Amino acid sequence: MQLTGADIVVRCLQDEGIEFLFGYPGGAALHIYDALYKQDQVKHILVRHEQGATHAADGYARATGKPGVVLVTSGPGVTNTITGIATAYMDSIPMVVLTAQVPSHLIGDDAFQEVDTVGITRPCVKHNFLVNDVDDLAETMKKAFYIASSGRPGPVVVDIPKDITANLTDYNYPESVDMRSYQPRTRGHSKQVKRGVDLLLSARKPIIYTGGGAVIGNAEDAVQKLVNMLSYPSTSTLMGLGAIPASNKNFLGMLGMHGTYESNMAMHDCDVMIAVGARFDDRVTGELAKFSPSARIVQIDIDPSSIGKNVPVEVPIVGDCQEVLEQMIELLEPRVDEIDRAAVNQWWEQIGRWKSLDSLAYKTNEEKIVPQVVVERLGEITKGDAYVCSDVGQHQMWAAQYYAFEKPRRWINSGGLGTMGFGLPSAMGVQLAYPDATVICITGDASIQMCIQELSCCLQYGLPIKVINLNNQYMGMVRQWQEFFYDRRYSHSYMDALPDFVKLAESYGHIGMRVEKPAELDATLEEAFALKDRLVFVDVITDPTVNVYPMIAAGKGHHEMHLAPGQEEVKERELA
Amino acid sequence: MRRIISVLLENEAGALSRVAGLFSARGYNIESLTVAPTDDPSLSRMTIVTGGTDSIIEQITKQLNKLVDVVKLIDLTEGQHIERELMLVKVVAAGSEQREEVKRLVDIFRGRIIDVTESTYTLEMTGNGDKVDAFVQALSQVEIIEVVRSGVSGIGRGKRALSA
Ligand SMILES: Cc1cc2nc3c(=O)[nH]c(=O)nc-3n(C[C@H](O)[C@H](O)[C@H](O)COP(=O)(O)OP(=O)(O)OC[C@H]3O[C@@H](n4cnc5c(N)ncnc54)[C@H](O)[C@@H]3O)c2cc1C
Ligand SMILES: Cc1ncc(C[n+]2csc(CCOP(=O)(O)OP(=O)(O)O)c2C)c(N)n1
Ligand SMILES: [Mg+2]
Repeated sequence: MQLTGADIVVRCLQDEGIEFLFGYPGGAALHIYDALYKQDQVKHILVRHEQGATHAADGYARATGKPGVVLVTSGPGVTNTITGIATAYMDSIPMVVLTAQVPSHLIGDDAFQEVDTVGITRPCVKHNFLVNDVDDLAETMKKAFYIASSGRPGPVVVDIPKDITANLTDYNYPESVDMRSYQPRTRGHSKQVKRGVDLLLSARKPIIYTGGGAVIGNAEDAVQKLVNMLSYPSTSTLMGLGAIPASNKNFLGMLGMHGTYESNMAMHDCDVMIAVGARFDDRVTGELAKFSPSARIVQIDIDPSSIGKNVPVEVPIVGDCQEVLEQMIELLEPRVDEIDRAAVNQWWEQIGRWKSLDSLAYKTNEEKIVPQVVVERLGEITKGDAYVCSDVGQHQMWAAQYYAFEKPRRWINSGGLGTMGFGLPSAMGVQLAYPDATVICITGDASIQMCIQELSCCLQYGLPIKVINLNNQYMGMVRQWQEFFYDRRYSHSYMDALPDFVKLAESYGHIGMRVEKPAELDATLEEAFALKDRLVFVDVITDPTVNVYPMIAAGKGHHEMHLAPGQEEVKERELA
Repeated sequence: MRRIISVLLENEAGALSRVAGLFSARGYNIESLTVAPTDDPSLSRMTIVTGGTDSIIEQITKQLNKLVDVVKLIDLTEGQHIERELMLVKVVAAGSEQREEVKRLVDIFRGRIIDVTESTYTLEMTGNGDKVDAFVQALSQVEIIEVVRSGVSGIGRGKRALSA
């Protein structure tokens, strides 16, 4: 029996094992919506804005490692997805976005709701397709899933004209596809692996620097084995948090602009560095000219273009970090005695002195809630085992610094694009994937308003997310930069006319709570988390003047961090 | 340094715009770009003339390789190679003196006159970029109506080949 293109789209999703499709209907997509109506295997989640669909699919993908799938209509449906596609692209998240298109014969005519989807998405996708023939549809879908989730993952767009979804053909979903032009390599070159091992063993002041690739590549076991076997100091980017548990004694915390003092100093002074799925982003390296002057670097990355892009690398190893680390561990295991333990111990002593500064220490206050406390309390209440989805700003940094992630895929945030509005919809994707898990959305008074409409979607599907709004009545991150670098000229960073978030949550059918006094914080949070099957929006009114520390300012190196007020003097005294 | 990169890519709609888009998005410079299908109609071959520091060239080749449509590429300038460019020039050639002068130049450069009217000659010239430039220079005394250059095509010398 022949199937219509629309039925084929749905069959492909079923055969690919897709659980959820995040979408929003419209004219060009109606055949596909009709095909969806006739089945119940693929669950369609109706968002309230297409941006929400992409972030929800993205959150689902980050938490599960499986591709997130989106369906939208042509024209404005597509343009609304761009932010979400770019967000996934920057963080290498597997995603397939099905976009309906005007009928083939109208393409190029400025038809109603026509945009050049392939053209407009090209710079922010791993690949995209325009389906010209219903006979190509199933194979194109297979290719899309394969490309999105293999190699360095990323979003793939499949643009499907409306007539194609009506045309008939035989359905045949390929088991696999082989593309001569796309053959990602996973195994490290053995000679390079051996050179990397030799360099690691020769280190006197080593550092292990892990990134998002360690999470994407499910390399946590291999990374932990490496770290524990070598007992080398280790640090992680914002995107890699959780691959090494925060409680691991070798872990120094996050590095980079808002990383710990000890991580950044160790990066600066190290003699050998191994980067595992980390791309030397400018938020991480600080001023490149001052970056780690004596480091000899091994870099493992599945994408050759990430290697040596910003910083020259002595031993490049192209491959999947899990597989390459296993190759390395096999060679390292019998040779660990070669490590100059005396030198490495001395290095650990030096790191201990940096660490003693306690660069994440902060002052509390009896009158006002300080945001760091809130995050620490969330960590305690959820025993470090929640999924934490974040928006963008100061609250994001505090979540990263103070939650203490023990497992990978628990920390869901937009690092590369820094997309405000990501938090709530991404939490929906996570909660759908893991209905029994505790899912927190840590957000800010400005960010939450960028996808607030999804509170409605949360009600429809009964998603019991805990939204923690760190409400400082400012675009705090912007305010902080204006305080430091623009002489306190707070140009348009004050969030005047904020809504009453409690009533807002209630009007969406959820529970709203507000807490303003430090003494009431614990009770409020406990009450919120006790409401297991309800979405609770907790509006936490925080001290608006608090800044994120420590910090590397623009143009500065790792060794030139700003510490919190009061700590600079301690540093002078202690480390003189 | 000037580089000539030869790329084999899937002969598919949109492949060219992916390459062009990559160069503009990442701010790489393109001196010329030529593309046409090969003897295997499923493949196109592209020659890109570009420039930059060694690390920029390294990124250019890695980024090109990363495009899903790109099958293979080589940097021809890393080895012995031949480059050719075709130029068509229409010049004013009115009096016999002018016509003689143009013909003499064309012969020196081993070009050809491929179209003649009462007042114009259309010339054809093939050579590497330098030779084509030199020919335009040599025509400085002549009134040029229009110049059309194909951009550079390149191929490796001897056994060096780029195939899928
Ligand atoms: C307000 C704000 C502040 C920020 N401050 C900081 C900060 O202080 N510190 C910080 O670290 N970041 C910070 N960031 C995030 C920063 O912008 C980057 O997103 C982040 O540093 C990049 O992390 P990464 O290097 O781990 O790379 P990712 O973007 O996670 O890239 C992963 C790398 O791993 C590779 N890879 C993928 N899969 C595999 C695999 N299977 N095997 C091997 N390699 C693989 C990819 O090719 C890529 O090169 C901040 C962001 C915002 C919005
Ligand atoms: C879509 C988008 N627009 C603008 C920015 C720039 N930006 C980064 S942080 C920030 C302020 C965020 O404010 P809020 O959500 O209240 O968080 P806070 O910093 O106060 O914790 C802004 C405007 C951005 N990252 N994303
Ligand atoms: Mg705020």
